[in-house]
Amino acid sequence: MSTHHHKETFITKYVFSTDHKMISKQYLVTGIFMGIIGVLMSMLFRLQIAWPDKSFTIVEAFLGRHQDGGVMTPDMYLALVTIHGTIMVFFVLTAGLSGTFSNLLIPLQIGARDMASGFLNMVSYWLFFLSSVIMLTSLFVEAGPAAAGWTIYPPLSALPQAMPGSGLGMTLWLVSMAIFIASSLLGSLNYIVTVLNLRTVGMKMVRLPLTIWAFFVTAIIGVVSFPVLLSAALLLIFDRSFGTSFFLSDIFIQGEVLHYQGGSPVLFEHLFWFLGHPEVYIVILPAMGIVSEVLAANSRKPIFGYRAMIGSIIAIAFLSTIVWGHHMFVSGMNPFLGSVFTFTTLLIAIPSAVKSFNWLTTMWKGNLQMNTATLFSIGFVSTFITGGLTGLVLGDSALDINVHDTYFVVAHFHLVMGVSAIYGMFAGVYHWFPKMYGRMMNKTLGYWHFWITAVAAYGVFFPMHFVGLAGLPRRYYSNTAFPLFDDVADVNIVITLFAILGGASQIIFLANFFMSIYKGKKAEQNPWRSNTLEWTTPVEHIHGNWPGELPTVHRWAYDYSKPGHDEDFVVQTTPLLDGEEES
Amino acid sequence: MTALLYVLLAIVLAVAIWQIASILNLKSAIATEKDNNTQGILFVAFGVFFYGLMVFSFWKYSVILLPEAASVEGERFDNLYLITMLLILFVQAITQFILFFFAFKYRGIKGRKALFYADSHKLEMIWTIIPSVVLAGLVLYGLSVWNDVMDTSDAENPLIVEVYAKQFQWEARYAGDDNELGLANVRNIKGINTMGVDMTDKNALDDVPVRELRLPKGRKVIFKFRSQDVLHSAYMPHFRAQMNCVPGMVTQFAFTPKLTTEEMRANEKTIAKVDGINKIRAEKGEDAYEFDYLLLCNKICGSSHYNMQMKIIVEEEAQFNSWLKDQKTMAQVVQ
Repeated sequence: MSTHHHKETFITKYVFSTDHKMISKQYLVTGIFMGIIGVLMSMLFRLQIAWPDKSFTIVEAFLGRHQDGGVMTPDMYLALVTIHGTIMVFFVLTAGLSGTFSNLLIPLQIGARDMASGFLNMVSYWLFFLSSVIMLTSLFVEAGPAAAGWTIYPPLSALPQAMPGSGLGMTLWLVSMAIFIASSLLGSLNYIVTVLNLRTVGMKMVRLPLTIWAFFVTAIIGVVSFPVLLSAALLLIFDRSFGTSFFLSDIFIQGEVLHYQGGSPVLFEHLFWFLGHPEVYIVILPAMGIVSEVLAANSRKPIFGYRAMIGSIIAIAFLSTIVWGHHMFVSGMNPFLGSVFTFTTLLIAIPSAVKSFNWLTTMWKGNLQMNTATLFSIGFVSTFITGGLTGLVLGDSALDINVHDTYFVVAHFHLVMGVSAIYGMFAGVYHWFPKMYGRMMNKTLGYWHFWITAVAAYGVFFPMHFVGLAGLPRRYYSNTAFPLFDDVADVNIVITLFAILGGASQIIFLANFFMSIYKGKKAEQNPWRSNTLEWTTPVEHIHGNWPGELPTVHRWAYDYSKPGHDEDFVVQTTPLLDGEEES
Repeated sequence: MTALLYVLLAIVLAVAIWQIASILNLKSAIATEKDNNTQGILFVAFGVFFYGLMVFSFWKYSVILLPEAASVEGERFDNLYLITMLLILFVQAITQFILFFFAFKYRGIKGRKALFYADSHKLEMIWTIIPSVVLAGLVLYGLSVWNDVMDTSDAENPLIVEVYAKQFQWEARYAGDDNELGLANVRNIKGINTMGVDMTDKNALDDVPVRELRLPKGRKVIFKFRSQDVLHSAYMPHFRAQMNCVPGMVTQFAFTPKLTTEEMRANEKTIAKVDGINKIRAEKGEDAYEFDYLLLCNKICGSSHYNMQMKIIVEEEAQFNSWLKDQKTMAQVVQ
């Protein structure tokens, strides 16, 4: 297309682009790259968990002296779980998921030419890129990367004497995260402003697709909670480097008493989880938005209970900021606080239940088009329910006592926010790939990808609940020190085998993704016959999205199979027929 | 060097996959009616796998679970846990069935139009109110158990024990004849006084430091937790007990041991579990294992986090008292 308003060089088009569509692709590819690293790390530590006494010389080639003689060191094991968690939660499921789809869809679905500030948007991506580079650099530090768990609780993370990873590795982790937070805040502010100000004529808030509602509310949660993590990180940097005592007190380590006095690690836990818990909703809400959109479009039915869906998104967002203490039931905080957090936590089950039942009802009497995105959306509903239900155990302070920090927790959050959010991300990629690259992804490979992933995900995480209920703590380098856990070893082998299957099956996705960019079938303008505005833009990307005037919106996004219309979809730009009522 | 080899290998593999995939029909992109049909049926098959996996896991892995609670407070925990789990399994079984069934039943057929059904306040009220009521019940029951466990104000003549954590071992200190722990701070750590007990405090003199935890059956034990370096968590799964050990503060947890070690060893579930473990150990040529209660560290604390443990022995109160009397007090140890 040669409709560019001004001449673009390679640098301004592909590198320092201010076009939201290009930035979205940059987020996606960076996210996928980080995802590959995060998943590979999980393969390495799963090998260690399943066969702690075997030697893997293959791995030694990559980890070097951290895998001396083919056996992983305990410090490397802890570093791997730490960086795996950090990368997956922040770099893949926050930046990769939210960054990709908020950027792609907000302007396109609300009828805007671009984000409110293209420049800030570009800065946001490049800060994310920089923080990714720093995080990956930390892997090559001599003493190893940060290893205190992705929650980096001090004093472990504050004292280089406590573990090797708490030296330069932790410094780089903190710097990387501080930059990441700046990136996330710039992005979020941009999303909020854009949704509020740049909606096209007729695009009332109650006509927005649920994707936009989800991204919008996610951005608000991000703006409210990420700064708190930034302050926690800064205070931790002070404690580490300038001798302050925000989080440290009365410490005797390696034969000497340290000078710290009056600080409290529990304070850090509060600050960390004030972001940490909303963070899981920052991860899952965009996935929920994507699933709502994909399920409705492919069921050829309106999303059931549109207003209830918006209400539950807002309710979840509000509640998410007052439940953080359920991560701290046994931290030593006042038991009364535990009671309060139990109450607020279990409240969150209500909007979650409403959403789940509404998705099921959306499918009821539908005409399901089994595209790959549909499969991942159905998969999402399944894993979200399975993972969400065990939240009833963990959110209940009394029950949490005995399963806290065991593999039961690991199974719970991997299903409810890990696997589910990844499914949402895959659904989004398969569904909007034609919008991003002008070509279609292959469906046969998509089907294989979904089914192997789905079997593997349950194969990994269902048995893992039992490992936790047997009392096995997470973050154990090996359980050979406890004969009590000898019978868990077999389960761990099964889990690892499924994990390898699931990890390997992602190669199918990668092949499909990168091949389709170049060789996929050329996309039609509206391949899924959807109602939303992004499918009214030309297939070839142009700056400003619509060649002429911006579209005018006359109806909500979910008029699928509406009586009185010939087609089973009605694009949002279609004026109401005579006597037609808006849904 | 070998790493380079593996990278090259991976590249070759990627190229191979690329080639294979190129042969596949890249043109097929949108689901046809035939696809809808196949995928709908596959969801039924997946449903079978899903329920199969659940049944298999319960059948095969139930033996590895913890035996019944060994503390009085743990009984209520087990009860609440059972109720919650039954509820979860009930909802799980039904909703997943509906999901897979709908995926099959409403798979797309050409020419069929979906039902335009956008809203129903009645339905939405139903699935707002029912979960609310059920959750209210769970919350109330849960909080009553929680308060029961955490509130120790009405304990009669409890045994006071300090559990002390450091990288990577546990120590403990009984409060002695006065049943009051002497003051302590890491700044007092010196030589054999590894827990930093303040020897100028008269309450400290009769305290009894030990490396092996013994508890009397039937008497409430109030644990006071301290840590000298990083966060640890004192996890005693058989008693359904856990509390973090936080440097700079004292945390607390309490329970009443209900079954002695001997009694737990004779428990049916324990026997089954221990038999299973010993079968595995025999295959590997390792010594037979005998059940013991354990205190484990359950908060990441450094390299040897995975091996920070202490044996707990529960015995009859008389036995316990005579054992305790034989231990040296702080005053005797430090001199």
